[in-house]
Amino acid sequence: MAFGRVVRTTAFKLSAIYFVVFTAFALVFVVSISKTTDRLIGDQVRETLDAEIRGLAEQGRLGGLPAVIRTVDQRSRAPGASLYVVTDAEGDVITGNVTAIAPALMERVGLDPVAINYQRMADVASVNTALVQVLQLPGGYRMLVGRDISETQKFRDIVERSLFSIVVLMIGLALVSWFFVSRRVLKRIDSVAATSRRIMEGDLSGRLEITGTGDEFDRLAASLNAMLDRIEALLYGLKDVTDNVAHDLKTPLTRLRNRVESALAGPERSDAYRAALEATIEESDHLIRTFNALLMIARIEAGSPDGSRAPVDLAEVAADVVDLYEPLAEEAGVALSVEAEGAVTVEGVRELIGQALANLVDNAIKYAAGEEGDLRTPAARIHVRREGDLAVVTVADNGPGVPEADRARVLQRFVRLEKSRSQPGSGLGLSLVAAVARLHDGSITLDDAGPGLAVTLRLPAR
Amino acid sequence: MLSLPVARDIGYRAPMRILLIEDDREAAAYLVKALKEAGHVADHAADGETGAHLVEDGHYDVLVVDRMLPKRDGLSIVAEMRRRGDDTPVLILSALGQVDDRVKGLRAGGDDYLPKPYAFSELLARVEVLARRRKPGETDTLIRVGSLELDRLSREVRRAGQPIPLQPREFRLLEYLMKHAGQVVTRTMLLENVWDYHFDPQTNVIDVHVSRLRSKIDKGFDEPLLHTVRGAGYMIRDGVR
Repeated sequence: MAFGRVVRTTAFKLSAIYFVVFTAFALVFVVSISKTTDRLIGDQVRETLDAEIRGLAEQGRLGGLPAVIRTVDQRSRAPGASLYVVTDAEGDVITGNVTAIAPALMERVGLDPVAINYQRMADVASVNTALVQVLQLPGGYRMLVGRDISETQKFRDIVERSLFSIVVLMIGLALVSWFFVSRRVLKRIDSVAATSRRIMEGDLSGRLEITGTGDEFDRLAASLNAMLDRIEALLYGLKDVTDNVAHDLKTPLTRLRNRVESALAGPERSDAYRAALEATIEESDHLIRTFNALLMIARIEAGSPDGSRAPVDLAEVAADVVDLYEPLAEEAGVALSVEAEGAVTVEGVRELIGQALANLVDNAIKYAAGEEGDLRTPAARIHVRREGDLAVVTVADNGPGVPEADRARVLQRFVRLEKSRSQPGSGLGLSLVAAVARLHDGSITLDDAGPGLAVTLRLPAR
Repeated sequence: MLSLPVARDIGYRAPMRILLIEDDREAAAYLVKALKEAGHVADHAADGETGAHLVEDGHYDVLVVDRMLPKRDGLSIVAEMRRRGDDTPVLILSALGQVDDRVKGLRAGGDDYLPKPYAFSELLARVEVLARRRKPGETDTLIRVGSLELDRLSREVRRAGQPIPLQPREFRLLEYLMKHAGQVVTRTMLLENVWDYHFDPQTNVIDVHVSRLRSKIDKGFDEPLLHTVRGAGYMIRDGVR
């Protein structure tokens, strides 16, 4: 984890911003709490001081100076007492419980309380802090009254210190957790980057790691993986098609070329030329047809065309297709029948659904005839119905069917089973049906019609 | 020498002026030649701008417009002439796929749509049909070809006075063929106009329908009216000419 790279990460930038903001807030918080504490404590001490002074003033008024001095003397001895110093006109201490008072201090008569350091007479060893006020008494006497504030200051210090240590601890924890979080994030991102690099290098099977925690990275990885699956499938599909196009278009193209060549090499007779040319046109028509079918499948697989979707009644389309194929079926000796349970409507592209059904019926007629020696009357049936939310069409024949192992394969482009090679066709019919089913968010399944093949198309009903 | 069915079978008609807007020069040259041999006057524009000017200037009976053209899109030319109120029939050619492009092409004002790659015979047949679309006879209730009569109101068909019973679909098939008597009608044109589907049937479905119809209208008569045009399609025409 190079430092520069860490600094450039979003996680780092966000953390840095949070860090600064959080620290600033914490400092403001600590300072304001200690200030408030300070003020509260100060106010309280001043109030006590005021009360003390008022009490002594009362004594003075009732019993004169001697009463004050007596009271002070008395109070000074009590443990934990306030601080008292009484001086005469010369500034000599008459009574009190504080040592070493600077003479200048006693001059601050009538001024606001001030904080000083002092030592108690009873305990000379420790220096403490107090808030004191000096009063003028009659006859040049002065009196200092004070309250110890070192306890409260200690309390304030403790509060401040603990707040500071909490802030420092929190900042430390934030740094540590950021370090681990960003390292985890970076690790995940690095793994995504590594996987995509591997995919770009050509390994299409690469997938993002899913840790199973179900976090946002997992969700992202899952959806990216789904995308990769689709891309891989499309790419392999494309590769398959390219291979098949190469094979299935090359063969007729070669045939085409050879035919023209042999016509040119043959006798110069117009009827021979004519025959060759007509065969050439037929062959190229077949090529165009195959090519168009391929393009169409590609287009359908690329996604839905726009506004060509409309409500389509499958029963109606089935009837159209049967109408179209009925003479062909009759000629082939196949009994073609359609059974529909009322209108079954889907939202779709009529042309494509029509073509899909036509392809299925075409196949059914072709293969219903069965093998030689089969005494059954060849038959092809279309059954249109609704099953819950699905519009279902089954086209079944009673021919040899398709072995279970081959059923998935025949849906692929250009796949033709050995037995059907003799039949005309491009091997694209069923793949087009499958593509149409996918376009309509439907499915296609091949089943045993016992005997024969039953192809079922399921589309979401409207 | 081109011996396309259109040229061979149609015989003399008033020449049509056809404008071909297509950037594939070789295909265009071939087509222009074939159209001329069929007795028509054909002009060619190799890009959209030239094409649009010619459309504005000349009076053509039919336009063949490629969708993707240099300088200007074919559909915009069609849309513009339709806005001007010009209703010259237009056949749109396109290398683009099917369903949705056809819809777009027709919405832009095209009268017919042919995806590439196409067979020349298919294109020529469609041009012929388009060009004659507005000719009188189109709305006649009684269509006659030789001794064959089709009454579009009573939906009756007679050959030499004898009624021929037809299924509704057979009637529509015959009606379409007779409406375009003397013109080549391709299998896809039949599928489009009689069944209203635009796909390409994989096997000879249309052929079977036509041969059924043929057995009903031509059987027992010396002069066949319904002809197969090899490599192109079908044509109904009076044999005695």
